[in-house]
Amino acid sequence: MAKVPVQFTLNGSEKAEFIESGTTLLNALRDKIGDTSPKGGCHQGTCGACSVIIDGELRLSCLTLAETCNGAAISTTSGLSEGGVLHPLQRAFLDTFATQCGFCTPGMIMAARVLLDHTPNPSREEVVEALSGNICRCTGYEPIIQAVLLAARSNSQNAA
Amino acid sequence: MALALQTFATVKDANVALKAAGTRYLGGGTLVVRAANEGNISVSGLVRSTDPALSAITVTGGKVRIGASVTMAAIARHPDLGTLARAARAVGGPAIRNMATVGGNLFAPAPYGDFAVALLALGATVSTDDGETPIETFLAKRDGSRAIVTSVGFTLPKVGDFRFLKVSRVKPKGISVLSIAAMLEQAGDGTVSSARIALGCMADRPMRAKAAEKALLGRRLDQDGIAPVLAAAGEGTAPITDPIASAWYRAEVLPVHLRRLLLS
Repeated sequence: MAKVPVQFTLNGSEKAEFIESGTTLLNALRDKIGDTSPKGGCHQGTCGACSVIIDGELRLSCLTLAETCNGAAISTTSGLSEGGVLHPLQRAFLDTFATQCGFCTPGMIMAARVLLDHTPNPSREEVVEALSGNICRCTGYEPIIQAVLLAARSNSQNAA
Repeated sequence: MALALQTFATVKDANVALKAAGTRYLGGGTLVVRAANEGNISVSGLVRSTDPALSAITVTGGKVRIGASVTMAAIARHPDLGTLARAARAVGGPAIRNMATVGGNLFAPAPYGDFAVALLALGATVSTDDGETPIETFLAKRDGSRAIVTSVGFTLPKVGDFRFLKVSRVKPKGISVLSIAAMLEQAGDGTVSSARIALGCMADRPMRAKAAEKALLGRRLDQDGIAPVLAAAGEGTAPITDPIASAWYRAEVLPVHLRRLLLS
């Protein structure tokens, strides 16, 4: 099958690749570009493990074709830390034991990041709603909810 | 499995490409990419159009037109479509709502397609390059439809006339046990003068509860008034059985939730 060019920004860096037409963004990121932070869980749009942020919106990379992302700005969990310092969301997930097997964690963090970008001080209900498309089979969700609330508080304190 | 994607600036050109065997139209990807990921070999190529008209929402003089590529998230946040926000937010989680389109929802098999249930209650029309079709006719013939849906249109309901309810086991978001939408108009004395009730998951696609609609005319929206409506609610239904619920369960709980919707 003929290959097609794709070009987008991934975590602030320009990326350009030739891919087979119809390749999902998840496969392009993991297999061509080498960013394995988005996980392939159900490939049906149900589990949220592949969640990434495209032009500021949370989307599922397993159901998004890479060539529809030409010119887009894509963010994944691998781009969160800076200079070896964890992002407040990553720190909060560690501090509240919000990750066990860790498979869902990158998707959870992407969903939480979009929430905090738009709603810096969310209510518990808003956190639950924001994470409602992401499934975790380990934690029972409560530590994850607490992690997002903790990250929001820590962001507020840093901003004050 | 990778599929060749063809992108066209106009719907007209995309419609031509869609005539090829094995091609499917790509909207938000939540149906056709999922099918490809599941190994559906009947899909061999994808076609899409980037025509800006497909992504437009217009509200003029109480008439609404929503482009087929408009997402559930865009509807939920639109300032003039507050009455529909509940139905739009009923679809999936945040990521799905940023992807799932109005056009795609018309083709979503039960237990999906909650927004199409709302459109059916609103008496929407579905537009293609071939013209407009009443949504009820469109849904009945959708399996054979090849023309790209360009938009849906309907009259904006007055606040309070339109009601929507989705029942799921997982909170806050889950796949539908069933969904119900109702467009009700009441006369000055409080009796129902017009009713359109649509059901999701009570057949393989959204359907009208015509017996319930008929029973509701001239009745008041109180316990006694709706009793015959609830008795007629299941008439003509053929609920699906899936991992979410059995057909028996769906049939049992339909009157319970219809009662809640009508008395809300």
